[in-house]
Amino acid sequence: MRVSQSTSSLADETPKPSKNRIAGTVYRGNEGMWSWVLHRITGIAIFFFLLVHVLDTAVVRVSPEVYNAVIGAYKNPIMGFGEIVLVGAVVFHALNGLRIIAVDMWPAATKIQRSLFWVVIALAVILVVGFSIRHIPNVLGAH
Amino acid sequence: MTIDNPNYAYPARSSNRKGPNLDKIGWVFMRASGVVLIVLIFGHLFYNLIWTEGGIQAITFGFVAGKWADPFWMWWDVIMLWLAFIHGSNGMRTVINDYVHKEGIRKVLIGAVVVAAAVLIILGTLITFTFDPCPAGADPELLPSFCATL
Repeated sequence: MRVSQSTSSLADETPKPSKNRIAGTVYRGNEGMWSWVLHRITGIAIFFFLLVHVLDTAVVRVSPEVYNAVIGAYKNPIMGFGEIVLVGAVVFHALNGLRIIAVDMWPAATKIQRSLFWVVIALAVILVVGFSIRHIPNVLGAH
Repeated sequence: MTIDNPNYAYPARSSNRKGPNLDKIGWVFMRASGVVLIVLIFGHLFYNLIWTEGGIQAITFGFVAGKWADPFWMWWDVIMLWLAFIHGSNGMRTVINDYVHKEGIRKVLIGAVVVAAAVLIILGTLITFTFDPCPAGADPELLPSFCATL
């Protein structure tokens, strides 16, 4: 057994602030950062939607008329566009979450984490386009 | 093989901490619940907005009552509710811990997240299991078709 070289080298080093502020860390400004930023923004957005969505669904306990009126607020074209943005946020957060799990678990995935970010983006775009093809006619069609 | 370096300046956990490692449990929970939530939320979106004819326009009281006539969808929605709120509020806790450095404000914000999550989990669970799909005196046009045969 031996202490790994990479771990022991960190033992007595205090990280020093870089003179170059932009390149302060290798993490900053690349796919890893955008993955983190987008995961955070989409997560917060989904949390606030969840608060609203449970309350709007809770109205089923009031009466059929009141529920239909409240849920009707989701059926105009502006909200329909918002639903596409929401589905995009959910899909990105889901796929990027799988990327995070993969990067944590398998060193091979860690090495290609930048490429995996673009795989996540590509799959998210495909899924959102597929959803929109079905959703937009539903939003615009009178029911 | 490698072992933890006892002199490592940034240990994952202080050596004097006792009891269950709550942050580690949270870390595992975020990943486990995340995978389950992908199945539940993708299924929720697919069934309601893609599979159902009319999608968003078809979501009415009758649609919800039809779904919750089946315990399968009641449990689907309740498990999704619990996991989504615990996953979401733990994520909000992480974000608050990152940005709010004044201890009093940090505690108030985390308290607000916990209260909101607890209230909505309880509200949502009660509503799902006490829901009446055929309320007396309601317009039959707005109710699921099976109410007429009751």
